[in-house]
Amino acid sequence: MSVSDQPVNMIAEIEAPSLSLSDLTWRRFKRHKMAIAGLVVLFLLIIYSFGGAFFVTEKYANFTDTKERLQAPNAKHPFGTDTIGRDLLARTIYGGQISIIIGITAAFVEVMIGIVIGAVAGYFGGKIDAVLMRFTEAMLNLPQLLLLIVMAKFFSSDIKNIELFGREFSGSVVVIIFIIGLTSWPYLARIVRAEFLSIKEREFILAARATGTPTWEIIFKHILPNSIAPIVVSATLGVAGAISLEAYVSFLGLGVRAPTATWGNMLENAYRYIESAYWMWFFPGMFIVLIVLSINFLGDGLRDALDPRSRTV
Amino acid sequence: MTNARKFLEVKDLKTQFNTPEGTVYAVNGVSFDLKEGETLAVVGESGCGKSVTMMSIMRLIQIPPGKIVGGEVVFRDTDLLQLSEEAMEQIRGREIAMIFQDPMTSLNPVLTVGKQITETLRTHTPMTQEQCRARAGALLELVGIPDPIKRLDDYPHQFSGGMRQRVMIAMSLACTPSLLIADEPTTALDVTIQAQIIELVKELKKNVGMAMIWITHDLGIVAGLADRVIVMYAGYVVEEAIVDDLYENTLHPYTLALLQALPRADRRRDQSLKSIKGSPPNLLVEPRGCPFAPRCEFVREKCIAENPALVNVETNHKVACWVDVKTGALR
Amino acid sequence: MTEPLVRVENLTKHFPIRKGMLIERVVGAVQAVDSISFTIERGETLGMVGESGCGKTTAGRTLLGLYPATSGRTIIDGHSVHEARGSELMQVRRKAQMIFQDPYASLNPRWTVNSIVSEPLRVHKLLPNQKARNERVKELLELVGLNARHINRFPHEFSGGQRQRIGIARALASEPLFIVCDEPISALDVSIQAQVVNLLEKLQDQLGLTYLFVAHDLSMVRHICDRVAVMYLGIMVELAERDELYENPLHPYTKALLSAVPVPDPRKERERKRVILTGDVPSPINPPSGCRFHPRCPIAVERCKVDVPEWRELKPGHHVACHLAEN
Repeated sequence: MSVSDQPVNMIAEIEAPSLSLSDLTWRRFKRHKMAIAGLVVLFLLIIYSFGGAFFVTEKYANFTDTKERLQAPNAKHPFGTDTIGRDLLARTIYGGQISIIIGITAAFVEVMIGIVIGAVAGYFGGKIDAVLMRFTEAMLNLPQLLLLIVMAKFFSSDIKNIELFGREFSGSVVVIIFIIGLTSWPYLARIVRAEFLSIKEREFILAARATGTPTWEIIFKHILPNSIAPIVVSATLGVAGAISLEAYVSFLGLGVRAPTATWGNMLENAYRYIESAYWMWFFPGMFIVLIVLSINFLGDGLRDALDPRSRTV
Repeated sequence: MTNARKFLEVKDLKTQFNTPEGTVYAVNGVSFDLKEGETLAVVGESGCGKSVTMMSIMRLIQIPPGKIVGGEVVFRDTDLLQLSEEAMEQIRGREIAMIFQDPMTSLNPVLTVGKQITETLRTHTPMTQEQCRARAGALLELVGIPDPIKRLDDYPHQFSGGMRQRVMIAMSLACTPSLLIADEPTTALDVTIQAQIIELVKELKKNVGMAMIWITHDLGIVAGLADRVIVMYAGYVVEEAIVDDLYENTLHPYTLALLQALPRADRRRDQSLKSIKGSPPNLLVEPRGCPFAPRCEFVREKCIAENPALVNVETNHKVACWVDVKTGALR
Repeated sequence: MTEPLVRVENLTKHFPIRKGMLIERVVGAVQAVDSISFTIERGETLGMVGESGCGKTTAGRTLLGLYPATSGRTIIDGHSVHEARGSELMQVRRKAQMIFQDPYASLNPRWTVNSIVSEPLRVHKLLPNQKARNERVKELLELVGLNARHINRFPHEFSGGQRQRIGIARALASEPLFIVCDEPISALDVSIQAQVVNLLEKLQDQLGLTYLFVAHDLSMVRHICDRVAVMYLGIMVELAERDELYENPLHPYTKALLSAVPVPDPRKERERKRVILTGDVPSPINPPSGCRFHPRCPIAVERCKVDVPEWRELKPGHHVACHLAEN
């Protein structure tokens, strides 16, 4: 009878299937069918907007031909033309680019402001927290749309066009990005603050303090990576929010100026032709609905996948 | 005690959970019985299946992901696993009551304590509102809550942890059940409060005469409380004995190792603790061989190949092990 | 006589209770720890026991300076912890470490074992480069009984006992002299508790460590500590050599506590006479006057309600705070 220690090693091997955090996250995300669908649709929309640019030029998208105005979809203009004869297919391609860029960069501005304000308030607490949070609440209590319209009006006087990557944009794009970013952060700041408040009480933070880890390292290396889940989720939803806000403002004629197209400002004049020229609102409207929905589904999936409480696969 | 008839008999109970990681083999053929008025302790570490066994008996396993895949739970000649949900509701609370580790989560925070006790009474008895309230007050008094009638109108958060556990016990006794299942009721409590609760339960048992199953990981509590003990590991019963035999004539290597790993408050230290090597078992792997084999100091080749059955080796003393721990020889 | 490694003098920690939004005012205080004093010799293990809310965890954290002290001081290896700033504070942080109760909460879930264990090495710039640090982390992992190959894994891939070993490896990384063990085993299963306790003892022998072992498990405290201090509601009620305390407890609270500990021996359990305390631990916001234990004390007299008992040394090395305790 041999008393071997072999079974012990056997168990040690079985017990630890090495799964990194990203593997776990991806596994949980995959279970979310609608999120996968959202991801696919979003991917297709990005390909459409940025890949489409290889087939049509921006010049063509902005080319006016009043002889061909208000044409229904046909072989030459698959999505039809608008009131001054611009090809809507080409405009949805270039408009998509601007809409997506506005969405991402405005969300980026929102996230940066939200993280800084939320992190400082949550980590340091006390008076700093009280002052920052009262300001945040004040911002939350003002209707965002009203704020947007007022700011858009205020900043809209003489905007120069800007050149970027060899293309000319209306400067109003940058203005819109900043005013959306500057009015959207309070919600995120509150989430970040709440995360910081709870994570800073966890024992591993105490362990870091007991080691003498400097404060900035505790904030940026310990707490921030652990609050990344709600930040990523609200950043994702922030992209969708910024795209629809841009549509709102542009629809009211206060957003991105022509000739630069966005899905939002393409709707600007369409409402006068709701019955007579459905294609004018249908195509840009469809793209807005698709992108906002797909990002929202993606956000839902990410929320579940990144939730640190659902530790199981 | 020993002559009383069996009124609960669990036979070959198996419960599994389907999780995305695979099947969790939580309870793998557990059998035991209980006589009227007896106190049975179920001992084991986290994940040994002790709570799942009791939840399966009460049919409180969430299905899915859980599933009772086999076995019988015969309570007074009825197989509880075959009963309809309605019939089972008549058993729960009235015949078999249960108390849990965390009294805060088992009490409804927005209802007064009195309301919660009378609710149980109204469901199971034909008493009037006034009778129920009087009985509820009497129950609180029975479990040693000062000022019982006044406290009926208090909410759970107005009670301390120990007092809440008393309220839970009062609720479980409302319909004078013949069996009380207590799932680690003192684990969340401090040691002096734990002593209060254990004294209370012993007293109540003597007066009310119900049988009790007490789930715990603490071999110290078991020693002072139980008539008989079953030790569980990885969803199996590995040893079953009268309480004195379990401590003085330990037959399973796991029980032995647990006892040797315990420090003693009542003795001077003589040596280092004996630790059990390795980690708790992985319940995701379908069991093959003795589940304790990888951590067992008596392990033989036979243990890895074949899982020993729980058999009577001495009078009223069952063990599931191929090895005789006293001689080190195979049985 | 050499100076003890740790000297705690009248250490007090009150948490103020504030009200108001922008303009806050203090409306009261949780008296978590009230004027405790003791010393710990080099190489010694001092146990600190008590029930939840007695202030033992707060005491451990305050004496390391993780919470600012309301009054009193701690001196660790010549450094006054609460007055230390800058490089002296870093000396304190390097020499005194902590092991935590919850092996799930005490490790950053997004860091690898390597980052976790090497954090003290990086913060204190103890080794010149990444390669040297990796080697040291591997050494530490092996020292605490973990597989050095698992260096790049994340905490969630380990069991509770293994995580506690990671926490121990982190605490050892800066080569401390003194470690506060805050309930290091109470979240673990019995079979794993013995593993961790034996590891702590082995490390103490090998590295000459000094421990403050904070726990509520009186059996384990008797097993691993040289001396034991008993806390009740923020104050220290008794302090003595291990066997002296367990065999001749002088304070009525210690007596009740010890009699409440279940012993794994059915015959003994049947014969034992228990001192069952009535009632619950009162709130530390308005602790009882006089002796804080008097409302639950089975032998309290009038005097106990009024006079705060003195901290007396009744026998050499056996201190107690009780009017009625006699040798």
